[in-house]
Amino acid sequence: MSQYMLLLYAPEVGPAEQAEREAELPFWLELNESLREAGLLVARGRLHPAASATTVRVRDGETELTDGPFATTKEILGGYYVLECAELDEALRHAARLPIARWGSVEVRPIMNGSEISRRAEPAAARE
Amino acid sequence: MTAGGGRRSEAGDPAAAAAARAFRDERAAVLATLIRHVGDFQLAEDAVQDAFASAVVAWRRDGVPANPGAWITVAARRRAIDRLRRDRSVADRAERVAELVRLDAREHPSVSEDESTITDDRLRLIFTCCHPALALPARVALTLRALGGLSTGEIARAFLVSEPTMGKRIVRAKRKIADAHIPYRVPADEELPDRLRGVLRVVYLIFNEGYAASDGDRLVRAELCSEAIRLGRLLCELMPDDAEVWGLLALMLLHDGRRAARVDREGRYVPLGEQDRSLWDEDRIREGLRTLESAVRLRRPGEYQLQAAITAVHIQADDGDATDWAQIADLYGALAKLSPSPVVELNRAAAVGFAAGPQAGLELLEPLLGDPALERYQPLYAVHAELLRRAGDSAGAATAYERAIALSRNAVERVELERRLEALKSG
Repeated sequence: MSQYMLLLYAPEVGPAEQAEREAELPFWLELNESLREAGLLVARGRLHPAASATTVRVRDGETELTDGPFATTKEILGGYYVLECAELDEALRHAARLPIARWGSVEVRPIMNGSEISRRAEPAAARE
Repeated sequence: MTAGGGRRSEAGDPAAAAAARAFRDERAAVLATLIRHVGDFQLAEDAVQDAFASAVVAWRRDGVPANPGAWITVAARRRAIDRLRRDRSVADRAERVAELVRLDAREHPSVSEDESTITDDRLRLIFTCCHPALALPARVALTLRALGGLSTGEIARAFLVSEPTMGKRIVRAKRKIADAHIPYRVPADEELPDRLRGVLRVVYLIFNEGYAASDGDRLVRAELCSEAIRLGRLLCELMPDDAEVWGLLALMLLHDGRRAARVDREGRYVPLGEQDRSLWDEDRIREGLRTLESAVRLRRPGEYQLQAAITAVHIQADDGDATDWAQIADLYGALAKLSPSPVVELNRAAAVGFAAGPQAGLELLEPLLGDPALERYQPLYAVHAELLRRAGDSAGAATAYERAIALSRNAVERVELERRLEALKSG
């Protein structure tokens, strides 16, 4: 057996189009369940929008934080970690410990939890 | 939005006036505590906004309560309970509602919590708004919005962006705080010095935005300076053991005290030595000098204290000739050790040139002339020209003046440089 990482890309869209995407939540749940039953699922997660990202770099021993996602075409994705942390500061601290932070970049993106996903899937009117 | 009724109706409307006062003086504290209780920046802010809106109506009807701040606290908490009950998606909603209801049931809401906990809330809010994972413009906007008394529109005008742009910036920052779980706490001891420097930087940036630029809405810009000073005072109250907190407040007060004199009738910049001292705000400057003394007593020198001290020496001289240049040169020397930068070195060279003669100044200037960071920096060549002229090198001085004139983007400054070049040639 080998492990494979699947990276999911899509453009961020406006609220109307996003609502259509959210309506597909049952299909996602069904798919996740079938992968789990087959014993294939190691870890999965849905990320918060790119605006919630923080990029960590360590240069000359100093940790530099950038508000926003990592964006340059030269460097390519070389790995990933999923950490369970109490808050952003803890995740940033560990991101700065990774050796790659000294020559590359580590983008820290919060993963949505169950209630955050269902909140988005809910029609806006129900929240007001 | 300002409190409910708006500013124009304040005269003859004690309810609106009291609400405006409470908005200015107590909103940040009420908001900070409510954020801790509800665990959600946006929800707390909406609830506080609702409370202020209803305050004007209720106070016009029933009269202004004895303690407007306590009234707002209770009203905001009840609005938060309503909003939490309606919002089915907040996971630990039941727990939060129960906690708020428990607080609400207490007899004296204003004294129901330890005073120090409430004080800490404002510090938590400051550190959250100035979190380094937020972009600097977002930190500035959020700090002003959450802790200051300015509306989104006023902040937008002060920073010369449209109101929707500024609104989006603030909303996005609040969303990131929620989504990324940016903590609502005062940083631990080992991170505190670094994070506090970040907070002071945001406050000084707000001040400079109001102080430095000459375009834009002047009234709003003056308000930015006042807001920054208010934040500086708040930080002194909350973190009185940190010398740089006092140093920053001193620096802002000493600059602000000379605000009216630093620009002439045509809006042109007037250098310190030529300012009309009768336009200085004596009280502000006295307070600045006192604040600087408080900072120095803590015996932990820092950048802001040194900058404030340099400004204080300039202020205390009766005119340019009476300035204690040796002391200014020493202060720049200390500043260069603490936070080395080519601009600090340049200022040091100029001060040494006055204190110890042009040759000593030129020696310090020498390495800067090859620095690519200063290649197009007009003041470098203006200082170089002055030092060369005083050292008797007229040809060298003329070349340096020409360079400075070519790089000058300010008409008043250019005229002055041209005058000096002419005087050199005819002398």
